[in-house]
Amino acid sequence: MLLGVVLVPLVGAGVAFLLRSNRLRLALLIGIAVFHLALVISCWYQQPASLLGGWLAVDALGRIFLTLVSVLFVCAALYAVGYLQHEPRRSNRTFVGCLLGFLAAMSLVTVSQHLGLLWVAIEGTTLASAPLIYFHHSQRSLEATWKYLLICSVGIALALLGTFFVALAGSDHGADQLSLLVSELISHAGRLHLPWLKGGFLFFLVGYGTKMGLAPFHTWLPDAHSEAPSPASALLSGALLNCAFLGILRLFQVCLAAGLASFVQELLVVFGLLSLFVAAVFIVGQSDYKRMLAYSSVEHMGMLSLGVGLGGAGAYGAMLHAVNHSLTKALLFFVAGNILLAHGTKIATEVRGVLRRLPVSGALLLGGFFAITGAPPFGLFLSEFTILNAAVSQGHPVVATIYLALLAVVFLGMGAIVLPMAQGQPVAGVTGSSHVRGESGLLVGVPLVLLIAVLVLGLYVPPGLKEALTHAAQLVGGTP
Amino acid sequence: MAQGIDLILVLAMLLNFLVLGSSRLRACIRAVAFQGVLLSILPLLLHQGDLAVHMVALSAGMLALKGVLFPWLLLRTLRDGSMRAEIEPLIGFTASLLVGAVATVVAFVLSSRLPSLPSMTSSLLVPAAMTTLLISLVVLVSRTKALTQVLGYLMLENGIFLFGLTLVQSMPLLVELGVLLDLFAGVFIMGIVIYHISREFDHIDTYHLTTLKG
Repeated sequence: MLLGVVLVPLVGAGVAFLLRSNRLRLALLIGIAVFHLALVISCWYQQPASLLGGWLAVDALGRIFLTLVSVLFVCAALYAVGYLQHEPRRSNRTFVGCLLGFLAAMSLVTVSQHLGLLWVAIEGTTLASAPLIYFHHSQRSLEATWKYLLICSVGIALALLGTFFVALAGSDHGADQLSLLVSELISHAGRLHLPWLKGGFLFFLVGYGTKMGLAPFHTWLPDAHSEAPSPASALLSGALLNCAFLGILRLFQVCLAAGLASFVQELLVVFGLLSLFVAAVFIVGQSDYKRMLAYSSVEHMGMLSLGVGLGGAGAYGAMLHAVNHSLTKALLFFVAGNILLAHGTKIATEVRGVLRRLPVSGALLLGGFFAITGAPPFGLFLSEFTILNAAVSQGHPVVATIYLALLAVVFLGMGAIVLPMAQGQPVAGVTGSSHVRGESGLLVGVPLVLLIAVLVLGLYVPPGLKEALTHAAQLVGGTP
Repeated sequence: MAQGIDLILVLAMLLNFLVLGSSRLRACIRAVAFQGVLLSILPLLLHQGDLAVHMVALSAGMLALKGVLFPWLLLRTLRDGSMRAEIEPLIGFTASLLVGAVATVVAFVLSSRLPSLPSMTSSLLVPAAMTTLLISLVVLVSRTKALTQVLGYLMLENGIFLFGLTLVQSMPLLVELGVLLDLFAGVFIMGIVIYHISREFDHIDTYHLTTLKG
């Protein structure tokens, strides 16, 4: 089962490179995405056995993130089928192959319990997703790909150094060395050498934080997210960033067990607030709407970090927020893809009257905007409020104030960009074509389903999901 | 044995300076390759007791990748992309060397203050790792060619590998091989991207990759 979620997409990637027809490859993509989701759903009913001596296992935390990856991948695959019809005719071999490889690497991240294997998997996600960003073969996408590859590779190399630090923390001067299994590190946490563990966590935070898009290591993120084709952007933002966060959380669990709670929690709070601040600064007055969405991802990663850093109810809020953010951000990137197809520009001021030209996409854009900025009754309102509540009830009024103020800035900044896009008269000149692209079945169907899901999550969190989120939150220091 | 190890470590440290001070791209590629070769011998020398298959496989893999495959790949990219083989750094060569010297001093001071380490064969191991790490960061920041940035990345990997040698027994083979595989795929993809950059832009100067900002 566990091998299946990694190996099936990996084999699929190999097959995709061998197939000759674009149509067959897309069918393969959908087939594997659905099969992967079925495997993941079965994990919820029956806990799969751990494999390879505990290296691969699904715990509550990994299961949430694995499910997010799988659900988003199905959405992105379906959307990609609609999206690629409108792209210039060219082979989708690299695109489909790399998407499947990307799925395999992300699945491996969520199920690996060994810090070394985790590193290999996260670096694997970088390598599999880099060709996706270069999809358009333009100078701009080339620049984005290069920055992504280099900045993330260097960042993740530092995380490897952090992994060695953790190994040193567990070495009792050669007597008997602890392995890098998370469970073993947690159960022997009292034996760990604390200075090395602290150093290890710092390097994890810098290394995987680069991948996750925490400020000030986020510099690759806006470029990559805006230049990648929309299905890939949605996966990068909704699935990949979570996976990198999971990398940090694994060592966070160990640090909690070793009694470093205040040290690591403060770090997460500081970097969380910094990310919120940087995102707010760059969202205000942003000219490119896909970059705006990318900075919004930086903002929400900051919230995840803040929530887990606050602990208590905040950890539950962060878990719920991860779910909500992934669904909403994927929705918004899909809608942005539709707008891009219809208008051919990413400059927000050149896009006007989306509601008139693309009624469904326009409505989805507005819905997505209110959802992502945390307006009720959407799911993000609930999770953002939970995090705020945690900050207030734990006696951090300053943190709560900064958090609220930055949320308000982001709301105003995004509103000033999105509302004029949705309303107004369509710009003359682009309205000429009789056939408007970007409103066909899958292109609006997939984001519509996502919007409904986020709406439902805001009104009612199913008890099964709530229980799973609570379990996951307890692993990272949360209390119900 | 101990002298041999120290000699290798000192050589590896000096190669960092060769990269810093050389203006020829080819020479830099070869220097980093030679550093990789030197490092690939170290696990065998540092290992106490019986020679495990694990160690031999790791050394052979590293030798093949860092000593043969990477330099071949990078030199080929250099030739096919018909790019200029000189380096134009943001910081001059003399200044770079000075920064490198400072980095070495910092590395030695830092490593003397680190919390206790497992008993090691060579006291030079951690300083050499730190020096390589710091100088690789200098190379990454101050050299503008895409190819030199890949070299900086490889030096960073070398430094981390040196550091990892302090716990040579503890990393399982599977992880080591995974790291090598990732490294291989990484350099391979970077090579392809560099080739595309040189075709699209007529240069591989990342200094001009500045369209995306804000």
